[in-house]
Amino acid sequence: MPAEAVVEVRDLRYSIGGRAIFDGLNLTVRRGEITAVMGPSGTGKTTLLRLMMGAIRPDSGDLTIFGERPWRLGRAALYALRRRVGMLFQNGALMSDLDVFENVAFPLRAHTRLPEPLLRRLVLMKLQAVGLRGAAEFATGSLSGGMARRVALARAIVMDPELLIYDEPFAGLDPISLAVILRLIQTLNATLGITSIVVTHDVEEISQIAHSSFLLAGGKAAAHGTPAELRATEAPVVRQFMSGLPDGPMPFHVPAPDYREQLLGKD
Amino acid sequence: MSNTSRSLEIGTGMFVLLGFAALAFLSTQLPASGLQLHSAMDSYTVTARFDNVGDLKVGAPVTMAGVRIGRVTGVSFESSDYKALVTMAIERHYNQIPDDSDAAIQTSGLLGAKYVGLGAGGSTNYLANGTQIQFTQSALVLENLVNKFFANTAGKKDSDAK
Amino acid sequence: MARGGNVLGRGLAKAGRVALFLGRILGQAIPSLNHPRLLVAQIYNTGARSLIIVMLCGLFVGMVLGLQGYDLLQRFGSESALGVAAALGLVKELGPVITALLFAGRAGTSLTSEIGLMRATDQLTAMEMMAVDPVRRVVAPRFLGGIIAMPLLVAIFDVVGIYGAQLIGVGLLRVESGSFWSQMQSAVEMRDINEGLVKSVVFGVACSLMAVYEGFHAEPTAEGVGLATTRTVVISAVLTLLFDYLLTAAFLNS
Repeated sequence: MPAEAVVEVRDLRYSIGGRAIFDGLNLTVRRGEITAVMGPSGTGKTTLLRLMMGAIRPDSGDLTIFGERPWRLGRAALYALRRRVGMLFQNGALMSDLDVFENVAFPLRAHTRLPEPLLRRLVLMKLQAVGLRGAAEFATGSLSGGMARRVALARAIVMDPELLIYDEPFAGLDPISLAVILRLIQTLNATLGITSIVVTHDVEEISQIAHSSFLLAGGKAAAHGTPAELRATEAPVVRQFMSGLPDGPMPFHVPAPDYREQLLGKD
Repeated sequence: MSNTSRSLEIGTGMFVLLGFAALAFLSTQLPASGLQLHSAMDSYTVTARFDNVGDLKVGAPVTMAGVRIGRVTGVSFESSDYKALVTMAIERHYNQIPDDSDAAIQTSGLLGAKYVGLGAGGSTNYLANGTQIQFTQSALVLENLVNKFFANTAGKKDSDAK
Repeated sequence: MARGGNVLGRGLAKAGRVALFLGRILGQAIPSLNHPRLLVAQIYNTGARSLIIVMLCGLFVGMVLGLQGYDLLQRFGSESALGVAAALGLVKELGPVITALLFAGRAGTSLTSEIGLMRATDQLTAMEMMAVDPVRRVVAPRFLGGIIAMPLLVAIFDVVGIYGAQLIGVGLLRVESGSFWSQMQSAVEMRDINEGLVKSVVFGVACSLMAVYEGFHAEPTAEGVGLATTRTVVISAVLTLLFDYLLTAAFLNS
């Protein structure tokens, strides 16, 4: 029996300035699973996250997270919802005026009244989980991209969220850091049972650990299934993306006037 | 981390202290009700009565032969004879001013401030603490001068016309 | 004609947005006092770090006042009124206005670029996602810090300026020291001090508000932050001078 849905998206439509970002999107995230949300750049993956977190509202259709429609919630209820979700931003988004320890401690200080020794232990435990306990005193500016992202991950899990959202966690990382993050995502999911949504276009990497994948194209879920199913599918859009082909349903050439005419002029 | 926050707190505290000190200075030293700023000089007190002091202010200089010898410390109205009583502090080492000297309220420049100018008399007795200058000359009020001038010219015209 | 109406419409819309943002900040002002450390740090940022420039400029302005005031007054033989001229000029006008412009340039741009950078690196969004109100955490302390710092900076500017005027007037131009101070003390009234104080608070509100508004609403790019910083200075300057006129007129009429 499939696990319950943490996030349910039904027939979602959303456009900005006349351009349709989502045109009937259907997507489900099941509890305890790693769900990959893939797609070429500009298909609205980040917009989906903002809809999920209640930052924007859809034009039509339905989106529920933990059974709630986030855009309908008042500020207090919305904040309560957000406390159940940990989010890892693409560039880490650490507070530049705090050191590593204080960054991870930030949500604890903001939402709890834990005594200092207990708070300290929690922070160190989370830093240990991402392998950065020795970097607790480091200044944020001195961290490499990979380390910054790991600190951000420690911060995202410090409140023991039920859902973790990773926004492009592999972007711009060297192979070693990449492997580290991959392993962390998998470990956190396996040991703590945290439902995880990974938004990415690194097909190879995410296919190794995802339970369920959705490929967004043309404002819809062009394909979904396990990574193996997606790799085996015949649909041209999916083929092009999964195999990394330069030309296909996503054309290489941007629409342009006739080549000969533009080059040689109209005779 | 706590080292920098400590020095930050001290720096902020000093800034706030400095700011409040400046505010206090402005509020107390500047307005008319404020305390006098310059050092108290060793002086003795002398008074004089005038019909009109003009806008002579407390703190205005008291001069003799153009040299500053003291300052005005009080200006008040005497309801007994409807005159203005001016209290002056003369520096102690100027202690040979004849007690029949006169005090005149003069203007420094055209639109300048009023001050008290002493003219020497011939007496062999000198002004002492608490004595009063008997001969005084009131301030020239500009409006009265102008009215006088116009009255004079009008009178002249009349007499010429006759 | 239509273009002009459009500009007016956009200006009004922006004024409305700024006013609404002010409301939001004020709503978070008291809760933000739960983190007094943040407020202290911001008073230091906007106030203590502007101290040098304010004192330097105060000194120079005071010295110029000494020179110009002397030159003007001695044409009427009233050099002894130099203290009055310097004190009133500084306390009522030059102190609040120049300090506000300096504040906008130094502290205002710092606030805008700081908040703008946090916007561009998703720090503000991250706070929102962590259910922490960035207005409470980041904006309100900076706004309050600026409002507290401004009157203090103006007072310091005034005092340094008066001493600068005395330096030139009494020290250099041989104005009578007693007259300098005594005439000042009898001519300056409490309402002049109040006028300067009210102006410094109003200017502080205007400059701090614009600084945090532009930073918070900057485009999340490097270029966007730069443009926002420029806007802060320009709008702060215009608002300061506008309020200066309104307040001066109000005080003269009352």
